[in-house]
Amino acid sequence: MIEIKNLYKSFEDKEVLRDITTTFEDGKTNLIIGQSGSGKTVLMKCIVGLLEPTRGDIIYDGRNYVNMSKKDRIHIRREMGMIFQSAALFDSMSVLENVMFPLDMFSNDTYNDRLRRARFCLDRVNLGEAQGKFPGEISGGMQKRVAIARAIALNPKYLFCDEPNSGLDPKTSLVIDELIHDITQEYNMTTIINTHDMNSVMGIGENILYIYEGRKEWQGSKDQIMDATNEKLNSFIFASDLFRKVKEANKD
Amino acid sequence: MLFFKGLSTFGRYLELMGKTFSRPERMRMFFKQYVKELSQLGVDSIGIVLLISFFIGAVICIQIKLNIQSPWMPRFTTGYTTREIMLLEFSSSIMCLILAGKVGSNIASEIGTMRVTQQIDALEIMGVNSAGFLILPKILGLVTMMPFLVSFSIFSGMAGAYATSVIGHVISVDDLTYGLQHSFTEWYVWMGIIKSLFFAFIITSVSAFYGYTVEGGSFEVGKASTDSVVSSSVLILFADVFLTQILS
Repeated sequence: MIEIKNLYKSFEDKEVLRDITTTFEDGKTNLIIGQSGSGKTVLMKCIVGLLEPTRGDIIYDGRNYVNMSKKDRIHIRREMGMIFQSAALFDSMSVLENVMFPLDMFSNDTYNDRLRRARFCLDRVNLGEAQGKFPGEISGGMQKRVAIARAIALNPKYLFCDEPNSGLDPKTSLVIDELIHDITQEYNMTTIINTHDMNSVMGIGENILYIYEGRKEWQGSKDQIMDATNEKLNSFIFASDLFRKVKEANKD
Repeated sequence: MLFFKGLSTFGRYLELMGKTFSRPERMRMFFKQYVKELSQLGVDSIGIVLLISFFIGAVICIQIKLNIQSPWMPRFTTGYTTREIMLLEFSSSIMCLILAGKVGSNIASEIGTMRVTQQIDALEIMGVNSAGFLILPKILGLVTMMPFLVSFSIFSGMAGAYATSVIGHVISVDDLTYGLQHSFTEWYVWMGIIKSLFFAFIITSVSAFYGYTVEGGSFEVGKASTDSVVSSSVLILFADVFLTQILS
């Protein structure tokens, strides 16, 4: 479980995050949604430690990440897996080497055990046959799946996904969403997904945090979102005709 | 203002170096990277070093013969001067300026691209010291290979001088050989090698700094690559003045 308490983040004079307090639960896909520039990415970067919050607390299962020593932070970081918007695979390494990288760095297992684990993770994302290829030789969807395999290689407790469906077609997005959702439940991870893909919200949004201009505006599940009365949320979620019609159909 | 900006940049450079020179998390992975850099930065540069040194050696020999040699100058002057220029300046300083272009831009653009495509963020999230993992093997790799590159450059330059003698008949082989051996000072070889070690550090660390601190996209990566070559070249020239004064 990850708890955020009264989190603020400013860049010089500009306050990007204001008093965010929320909880992200284990075994659930927690979504952070909001318009471009609302502070979603800054929030995620603060949570994973790529940015320092101006004030507030980030608590990983009772351990306050903000006041922690550098050594303890590195320890927590090894419990994290992250899927970046651009997949962020290492260009100079093959697909298999990418997945083996965290194992090579931090696992004390033998080479054969590490290799077996990497192949298992690739099979889990249905990419067993692509292990010899390089990131530049595979599609965007496959790169995201390799990133998932690399993120779960060390059995992380916390999984972070920054816009995992960005640049993917709806069908591939669905595959990625289902994969992240299944893996979250399988490993009982605390998963946080940063997205503005409404299909993801309606598909896997077990706990949704809506941010508006750096503030927490609404929090609930995908079932509650249909009946939400928050105007800002509704204008964001039901901005497209399709979702407006889905809402109207639901009412009927 | 410019002074404070320079001071701030130097501070950030020192901070990065502090992060770079820390104990690697996993020696197995460090050595893997180190061997890769030995090949990528050192072995892959041998070709260009041999080629440029060969032609510069040949050109120095021809120029000295045409411009300096006269009936009042000893015939060995051409060989002697060629050797001194190769040992004292070309094979260490000028060759490092050339490597600043080849290796420096390669390092800055590689690390810069890793930065803008979030590969460095991915390393940090995994708990890897990204500066230590990416930069330290490059610094040690080029510093290790530099004495070999300097030696190859010296021999290749002399081979170029012999080529003008054997093929172009600019000077007799005997006169050239006598000149190359005349008043040989072994320390000059060591001086070239010592200087080149400092230059190798400048090339790798400055280029890595520009790449590592890139913010933005491909335009900024290109700019970082150019800035790294300019800065490391200027620093090499500055360092050359001081090192030559100290070591002579």
